[in-house]
This record gives sequence, C-alpha cells and structure tokens, in this order.
Amino acid sequence: MRTAVSELDLRSTASLDDALRILRDERRTPLAGATDLYVGLNFGTLPQRAFLDIWAVDELRGVAERGDALVLGALATYTSLIRSPLVQRRLPMLVEAARQVGGVQIQNRGTIGGNIANGSPAGDSLPVFAAADAVIVLRSADSERRIPITEYYTGYRATVMRPDELIVAIEVPPVEGRQWFRKVGTRAAQAISKIVVAGVRSAKPSVAYGSVAPTVVRVPRTEEALAAGAGIDAAVSVLETEIKPIDDIRSTAEYRLRVATNLLRRFWAETA
Amino acid sequence: MAAVGKSVARKDGIGKATGGAKYADDLTFPGMLFGRTIRSTIPRGRVRSVKLDFDTAGFTIVDHRDVPAKNAVDLMSQDQPFLVETEVRHMAEPILLLAHEDKEKLSAARVEIEYDEEAPLFDPEQSTQVFKAIDIVKGDVAAALAKADVIVEGTYRTGHQEHIYIEPNGVIAVPEDGGIAIYGSVQCPFYVIKALRCMLGSAHPNVRVIQTETGGGFGGKEEYPSIIAGHAVLLALKSGRPVKIIYDRVEDMVATTKRHPAIVRHRTGLTRDGKLVAMDVDVLLDGGAYVTLSPTVLSRGCIHAAGPYSCDDTRIQGRAVFTNTPPNGAFRGFGAPQTEFAVEVHMDRIAEQLGIDPVELRRINALRPGDRTATGQTLRDDCSAHMVLEEAVKRTDFTRKRREYRGTNRTIGLSLFYHGAGFTGAGERNLKSKARLELTLTGVRIATGSTEIGQGTRTMHAQIVTDALAIPYESVEVAQPDTSRVADSGPTVASRTCMVVGKILEECALEMKEKLGGLTPAEYYARSGGLTVERMYEPPDWIQWDDNTYLGDAYATYGWGCDVVELEVDPDTYEVRPLRITAVQEFGRPIHPALARGQIEGGTAQGMGYALLERVVMRDGAMANSTLTNYTIPTTLDMPEVDVVMLENPYPGGPFGAKGLGELPMDGPAPAVVNALRHMGLDVREIPATPELIAACGTIA
Repeated sequence: MRTAVSELDLRSTASLDDALRILRDERRTPLAGATDLYVGLNFGTLPQRAFLDIWAVDELRGVAERGDALVLGALATYTSLIRSPLVQRRLPMLVEAARQVGGVQIQNRGTIGGNIANGSPAGDSLPVFAAADAVIVLRSADSERRIPITEYYTGYRATVMRPDELIVAIEVPPVEGRQWFRKVGTRAAQAISKIVVAGVRSAKPSVAYGSVAPTVVRVPRTEEALAAGAGIDAAVSVLETEIKPIDDIRSTAEYRLRVATNLLRRFWAETA
Repeated sequence: MAAVGKSVARKDGIGKATGGAKYADDLTFPGMLFGRTIRSTIPRGRVRSVKLDFDTAGFTIVDHRDVPAKNAVDLMSQDQPFLVETEVRHMAEPILLLAHEDKEKLSAARVEIEYDEEAPLFDPEQSTQVFKAIDIVKGDVAAALAKADVIVEGTYRTGHQEHIYIEPNGVIAVPEDGGIAIYGSVQCPFYVIKALRCMLGSAHPNVRVIQTETGGGFGGKEEYPSIIAGHAVLLALKSGRPVKIIYDRVEDMVATTKRHPAIVRHRTGLTRDGKLVAMDVDVLLDGGAYVTLSPTVLSRGCIHAAGPYSCDDTRIQGRAVFTNTPPNGAFRGFGAPQTEFAVEVHMDRIAEQLGIDPVELRRINALRPGDRTATGQTLRDDCSAHMVLEEAVKRTDFTRKRREYRGTNRTIGLSLFYHGAGFTGAGERNLKSKARLELTLTGVRIATGSTEIGQGTRTMHAQIVTDALAIPYESVEVAQPDTSRVADSGPTVASRTCMVVGKILEECALEMKEKLGGLTPAEYYARSGGLTVERMYEPPDWIQWDDNTYLGDAYATYGWGCDVVELEVDPDTYEVRPLRITAVQEFGRPIHPALARGQIEGGTAQGMGYALLERVVMRDGAMANSTLTNYTIPTTLDMPEVDVVMLENPYPGGPFGAKGLGELPMDGPAPAVVNALRHMGLDVREIPATPELIAACGTIA
C-alpha cells in the first residue's frame, strides 16, 4: 500500500550550511533525485516521514579535480557524469556504470550521493568506487570526515553515516591501469543488477563486486592471487571461496558465483 | 474508397494520442468512495476471526454476508466466492471490502485476521482434485507405438505468465435510477452482467456495464473484472454511493489470474525416415484454487497439443487440477502456447535423434489440405502450414545459417504453429452472438459488445462496415459498449472479434444496404427516420463437433505461422540476445495491415518475454516478484526488429476472407528460441529459459 503522502513532512533548502544545520537540529532524511525514495513511497516500505530536499544545493553538484583527486559532488547526476570530460578521462568505468542505471529519466534525476546513501548491494556505481579506492566525504554542521568506501558499509543498507551528516562528495584518487566494468541485469535495460563488477588492471589489481554480498565487496585474496601472477585459474579458485552470494527473487547463488568467475576471466583477458 | 486492406486512421487514435481518452481511473462521480480489498495472507485454511483495528467512522465495510443472492462468481462453475466465508483456498483471496472517501484513510485501515492454517498443496502433479479431464483418441496409439521404428519421449514445462496490460484492473460501480451502472476496464461486459445477476438475484434487475477505454487485456480482463465489479457493486449498494476500485500494480499481479503453468509429456513413434506414426501426449495444467476458465483453456491446449502435424494414431490426454495458488485464467493463446511449445521443442529433439534436418522433419509431417487433425477434422484449402514454413525457411536463408552458426555462440531456430480462430467446436453455435447496425443522421453506428482493448476493434469493424455498405469510413461510428444499448456479440476473446463479429457486421451492412435501396444513410434518415439491423452469427453449416469425445471440427479455420529466431548467447553470463525474428503468419487477409502488424509484433514480443524473461517466482503460494522491477517484460532493447510477413489464404467464412489473428503470434516465439538454443547444444526443455537455467544446461562456445 502506497505511503500516505499527506502525512509526510518535507523541508527544502538551497544552501549547504542550512542543510547541515537542519540535519543537526531535526531528524530528517535527505533526498535529492528521489528515484529510490519514490519506490519506497509507492510500496509503502519507507519508514521515514520527515525529509529534507537538497536537490537545489548547487554547490554539491560539481565535478572537479582537487590536488590529484577527482572530486564528484554528491548531487552529480548520472547524466552529468556521463557527459563530464573529466570523468570520461579519469574514470571511464563510472561512465559505463552510469549509462546502465535505469533509463534516461532516472539518469537525469538520480545522483551519485544518493546511490551511495541508499546502499543497495546492487547499486551500480558502488563497485566502481570500491575498485577505485574512493573516499566518501561526510560533513556535519561542525565536522567533516573521510571514509574509504570499503569501510563505509557495515551491513545490508547500513552505513557509518550519522543522522546529522550528509554525503557531500566522493573523492577518487588517481586510478592507475586499465578500467573494466560489467553489469548483468535481469534484462537489457531498466534492470537491477544480478551481478555487477568493476576492475582495475595494474601491478596491484583491484576487483569489486556488487549483488554478491550484503554490501559491495572487494575481493582482496583474489586480488592478491592476481597480483602474485598465480594465473587466472588460481585466482578464480580463490574467488570461489571468497564470495558467498545468495538466492533471491532475481537470481541464484550458483549462477552468481559462476558468472562472477566468468567475469573475472573476462576482465583479465580483456585488460591483458 | 475501399477501407479494407488499408491502414486507415484508428477510430480511437486521436483520443489516445492527445490524452483525451478516458480510462476508468480518469472518471469521477459525485460522492464517490474508493474501495479496497482485504485479502488472505495464507494459502490455505479457515478464517477464525476478523478484527477491525481502526476507527470505522466514515467507512463502508462489506463481507460475505452482504451478498444479496449468491456468493459465487458465475463463470463455468460457481465454485469461487466473491468474498471468503470461512474457507481460504489461496493467498490474496478477497475476504473483506472497505470503502472510504479518503484514499489515505482507506490505506491506513488495519484489519487483523486470524486463521486456522492447513497444509497447502502447490504441486499440480500431487493434486488429485481434477477440474477437467479430456481424452482425445484418434486411431490406436498403443498399437502404432508398438510398430514404430523409433520412439522419442520428453517432458516440457512452462511457467506462469503475467499479462502486464499497461492499465491495471479497475471498475466503478455507480448507483443510478432504478439500478446500478458499472464502468470499467473490461474485455467482456456481458460476462460481468452474468456474474452480477447471479450475485444480486432478482432484487436488483437493472444492471448495466459500460466499458471504459481499456489499456490492454490479453485475457487478463476476460473473467477477472467480474469479481472486481461484484466487489464495487457490494460497496456501492451498502453505501448508496459510487465506489471506485482500481488495483495498483502489486495487487494486480498478486491477486489476479495468470497463464496456467503446464507440464506436457510426449511419447512419439516414427518411422526411421521421419514419418510420425504415433503421438501420445499428456497435458497437465495447474488451474490454481478455482475452476475459472480452466476447462476451456485445457480444451484449446489439448486440441493444439499434437501441433500442426498429420498423424493417424494420436491420443491426447489432459487434466487441469487444483492447487492452493491464485486461480489461473485466460491469457492470449489460451493453453495453446503451452502445448505448442512442448510439441515444437519435441519435434526438434526428434530431428536431433533421427539425424534429420528439423525443416525436413516438418516438411514430411506438416498438415496439408485434406489431412486430418488430432480431433479428426479434415482440413480445407485454407490450411497453410507448408506455405508459411517454406516462406520462412527461404526468407531467412535458414539452412545455410543453421550450418554456418554451428560451433559459434550465434544460433538460429524455428517453430511451426497454428491457432484455431473463434470458440471451439459448437461454441460459436451455442453462443448465438449478435451484432447491430443503427442508422444515424450522417451514417451508421456499430453497436456491439466487442471491446476495443488496444487491438483495433473499432477501426477494423468500421472498415468492414464501410466496404460492405459502400459509404465513407468517416461516416461509421462505433458505440461505446454499454450492455443496455448494444447487442451481445459474445466475449472479446478467442481471436473471434474480426472473424466472427466482423462477419455478423458485414451481413448487417449488406442487409442495411439493401434496405437503403440506393439512398445514402442521410437521405434515408431524412425520408424514413431510423433503421436498425441486428443479426445473429451463423457458423458454417458443415461444422460437426462432439463435446464428449472431442472429435470433429474443432475450429472453422486456423491461422498458421512459422517463426525464425536468430540469437546470440553471452558465453560469460548466459544472457540471450535475440538478433532477428522473422514472423511469417497467414491469417486469411489483413483488414488493417498496420494493426495486424502490430498484433504480430506485440504478440511476438510477449512470446519472447514468455520464452526468456518472464518468471513468476511463487513463494508460499504467492507471487514474490510482483513488481515491474522484478517481473521483467522485454524492453525495446530486449527485442530485435521483427520481420513480419503476412501471407494471404482467405477463409470463405470470414469477412473479406479474414481469419482470427490475436492469439496466433503468441504461440511461436518460445519454441523457436528454445530450438535455437538446442542447436547450440543447450538441452533446454522449459521456459522461461533464463540465464540461470541456461547456465545449468551446458557451456557455450
């Protein structure tokens, strides 16, 4: 049953300082593109009743280089990422992922901060950030902290973010090596991932998977096997013990494991 | 001047394109309440208590005791209640109805129901409660099997399928002077009338049903709207106010009917060179918790189960059985997509085992005029199995591609299929459908119960009348189906709206033309006033059918099709990417080529979804993936271009030679896809052939 909308309490602001003050003083869930939120409203599964609309906070929208890091504002939409020459040059696997999120309407509204905050293990951008060692920048009215994405999630849709904090940016350090991304959805488009993988081929390869665990995961032991030059077969054997996907309404554990290994091989072959 | 055979402007086109068309949820009435259905949350048991856990002020509350006459949906059997009394047979079964003028208050109302639960039955193979059994015997299959050179056996499974009409189910019941009117998204307004008469009894004689603009049906709005209409009427009677019930997508998917899952077993005897000598077929349909239309779905499924092939000794046994799942019902194809999937995949397995080319195997056995079908019907000249097969093979360069793709991750497969048009056997004779033509100031008005549900009824009927009367297409209008104002032309189902109702209209128009005596409608009207012609359907007099033995002329005619699907399988992910589909279909003659093409393209897409994507996940007797996110139908990116080839072989009994078309395109895609996968070495015997299933079937080049 659809959530009763008239009972919802919505404030909005165009200022980051205001937003942080409101979050300090009131318990509100930030919303921007609302692409995930509307799904929850429609199915009546959303526990929250009070929201803060930050869509108009333009200072969170930019994409820039700061020092040697690529800094993505939390409100950068998938469309803006797809169009950004900076992202195209530095993080092409993110462009690839953004292109496969929902359809054009979702790409126009959905934000990168929202994808991270929503914390779905099937979030398409998350393996990219995990493979790229990205850092989530959390800010509150009186502090700021930087959390590596691999430490950000503590369980299924659970994060270290406090209620008074806001994701303001994602910092992506320089990515050395060839980037690779693959989403396997339930159909060719407008689909949720059954498995999603991002990899970076370098002397210290990194590989991250979505939809195989309660959170996005890196596979450090598999990465070590790849780095050690043990050969792809050995790395696949390690991977088979390193991830433990489950059955759900979209796919099976068996399929996910098999495809995860096939995609590791494909990544390795295509980035050789 | 002729309209038939031309893609004239749709009668409903401008309204739909501009947003002017009014669907059920667009309508509102003074004082209207919104209705909500409280449903069971167990698959089997008895209701122990119902507790209303909300402030009931302003609510109208209805349970089974509010039914004026009979608490039974009058369909083929009267086993399904409008509202549960005590026994619950499936998840999401209606128990209680609430209405309120505020949707949010309505949503927030909590009802606690306690049950005594019983162990549910979900496996149709374990079910001993048979809704309908059929046994079609032609010749002596046991003796023929004993003499066969080769016997090939196989079991094939098909899953549920959800209709996904873009507009969910919805109706509005409106009390009016001396009666009640029901506005709704329905395929069969007179079915609703029948059900309401039984529910209301003689105390409420004045009921009418008005079909609102309908956003798709596919069979899903054939019988189910009777239940929703009953619910809205009960709430309207109790409150004395109009009541609107519109299902949201989840409720629609969880509660309403789906395509029957099937298990089909084949045991087939052949000569060494590939001639069919014995076909022993067993069909099992999962009917769900109530009979609904399962007997006729089983009937059509069984009649088509031997495929478009000639075999003297054939036996087809079928059962539709009870399970504790929501009742399955009508869905485009009506049992035939299930059984034709089985026989067509079986034919490719036979070809494989005999080492015969699958096209050649079909050439040897496909029906020709003069051959007898499984029910003993001798086919006439409008049988086109070989014509569609040869055209498809030639057009796609099938044999060369089949050879060249071997050993790659690209493949090609085909299916040969047919579909009987109209009601089965004596069905059309018993139905006594009528159609009416009324003179207007400027032309004529068509007044039938046939519904426009996206397929083009209004346009196609108007074209037939236009040409038969020799008047301009623009001067033909089509009345909105209102059971108090139009003739009962039978249900809008079974690929009969063009061939059967169109035929009555053609005859009405010819009779009217004679009565006009050379005058235009306007001239006649000015001189003599109104004129109405009503006629009843006369099926061909040669049709003989025995409903006990299931032998005889099952259908007056059949449409024929051959689908060729080319696809690639991703070796890493087992995802199937269809590259090209060629749909060669013969259905007499297209009245409106663009609409006919639309039927074929749409039916093919629905068939591709059935083949590859559309998996209903049942958990504890309820659909667990009841969202458009998790029940995936094809998007345009999942569908390649469909090369539609419309061949003509007129049926003399149809208007301008037309046969039925609506269901035919649904029968072919699934077996063509699976036969393509088989050519790649993947032994798939069930659908949907999801990547998960394909991964378990083998490796890909």
